[in-house]
Amino acid sequence: MLEITDLDLFYGDAQALDRVSLSVAEHEVVAIVGANGAGKTSLIRAISGMAKPAHGSIRFEGQKITGISSSRICDLGIAQVAEGRQIFPTLNVLENLEMGAVIPRARSKRKDTLERCFAMFPRLRARADQAAGTLSGGEQQMLAIGRCLMGQPRLMMFDEPSLGLAPAVVSEMFKIIRQLHADGMTVILVEQNVSTSLKLADRGYVLENGNIVLSGTGAALLNDAGVRQAYLGL
Amino acid sequence: MSALLSDRRAVLLLGLLAVLVVAPLGAGDYLLSILITILLQAYLGMAWNVMMGFAGQFSLGHALYVGLGAYAGGALFVHFGTPPLIGAMAGMLVSAVAGTIIGALGFRFKVMGVYFALLTIAFAEFVRVLFDHWGWVGASSGLFLPVSNRATDDIWMLRGSATMFYYVILGMAALGFAFSRSLLRRRIGYYWQAIREDQEAADALGIDVFRLKMIAVVISASMTSLGGLFIAFYNNNLYPESIFSMHRSIELMLGTIIGGIGTLFGPILGAVVLTALGEILTIAGNAIGIDGIKQIAYGVCLMAILILKPGGLWPWLRQRFGLEGGAR
Repeated sequence: MLEITDLDLFYGDAQALDRVSLSVAEHEVVAIVGANGAGKTSLIRAISGMAKPAHGSIRFEGQKITGISSSRICDLGIAQVAEGRQIFPTLNVLENLEMGAVIPRARSKRKDTLERCFAMFPRLRARADQAAGTLSGGEQQMLAIGRCLMGQPRLMMFDEPSLGLAPAVVSEMFKIIRQLHADGMTVILVEQNVSTSLKLADRGYVLENGNIVLSGTGAALLNDAGVRQAYLGL
Repeated sequence: MSALLSDRRAVLLLGLLAVLVVAPLGAGDYLLSILITILLQAYLGMAWNVMMGFAGQFSLGHALYVGLGAYAGGALFVHFGTPPLIGAMAGMLVSAVAGTIIGALGFRFKVMGVYFALLTIAFAEFVRVLFDHWGWVGASSGLFLPVSNRATDDIWMLRGSATMFYYVILGMAALGFAFSRSLLRRRIGYYWQAIREDQEAADALGIDVFRLKMIAVVISASMTSLGGLFIAFYNNNLYPESIFSMHRSIELMLGTIIGGIGTLFGPILGAVVLTALGEILTIAGNAIGIDGIKQIAYGVCLMAILILKPGGLWPWLRQRFGLEGGAR
């Protein structure tokens, strides 16, 4: 579904991604793990068109998407739940959700998608009129996911969905991702929470200083001695 | 997304409009001129508010559009006797083009916040210097509109009494308000607010941030230019150093900041407070013989608002008197 070849990304002189190649098949959950500053968020920004790679190509369902605008990439069905949630604090919950259905394809179906969102997150329905900034961290993350779903994506990218959430909420978050996967969603999961995300993922990539240093099935990576030592402290 | 105006706010608004419509019957020349100043300030504040309040793009050079609108209407009238309505279209067009250039430069190269504001100042100053040396519009010695037949009101040519100008600016302010309200209630208004609150997130959702910001600048610039046209015909004289001045840019946004950025009533409330305060202080300053007390008071007033009520007076009043209607 997604094919990335030899991707280089720079911020000024600093190289964030160095010859990164990876692929994601349809209905797969792919985890991208690595330390802070390894290039995980840069990779997501490059895929979503918000950062322009210097070299390399990104193909989505065979179509080259490198260099096209972020709104067109959304239209193709790639969406992200950004790090730190990025909800619109003074708009209410319903308005935030409606904002997810910007692209025409999603707009026409927004009534149905909204019902699906509310069915998935009943708490959001109860707080539909409330300003999003007044929600709890967990609820804001639900809102961010719901808003992302409003855009009718086929590939969802999660950037650190567990960041800053209470442990109970984190496990709920992973349950939601599992549920989305069961419903047929393709998922890219970027996490510092290495063990949980590798357990959940079909496959994983380990990113270090902008390089993919290791890849394999989630289970294989979890058993890899290097990964265990570097990321799990075992 | 319930109705933006609750019943109480609708009553307030209609009451205000009714009072303003009959006001010239009882008001003397002085009061009428104050009301014109308030309405003009409110109108320009609304125009600036579209860009800053709704879309979150900080312009510190809105005098540019005031000046372009004033000179387009004024010069065409002086040289060709062109009716102001046609001049208004020319002014809106020129301002839209200027806004497009500034917006394209700023937004394309991701010049944001204060840096974008600096860019807007630079353009206003650049155009001011240009007009200072452009003989056809009178250069630095100014452009003067012929003043005649003050006895009869000619609305088509905008020549006439203060009462006529009062109703013109009242109409503009009312239309400006209705237009702002409709923008805010439309999809574009919500997208602007999304951009204002979190541009990255809006971008990630597929909102065409660049295009929407450009639309905001063009609408705001065109609206502002109409205010400039009004100034040209009301004052009958135009000098680049005053119409394009940085001082005007600041005064233009001050009311909205005090009243409440991003709100519909903020620009109106701010204009009333600021103009009333300005008049009282001018009189007081004359009486006690201190010049410039008005400017000092403006500064103090602005600081007080920023510290005590950073959202502006309207959001605070709205809450106090239960005029909440929707989120705004």
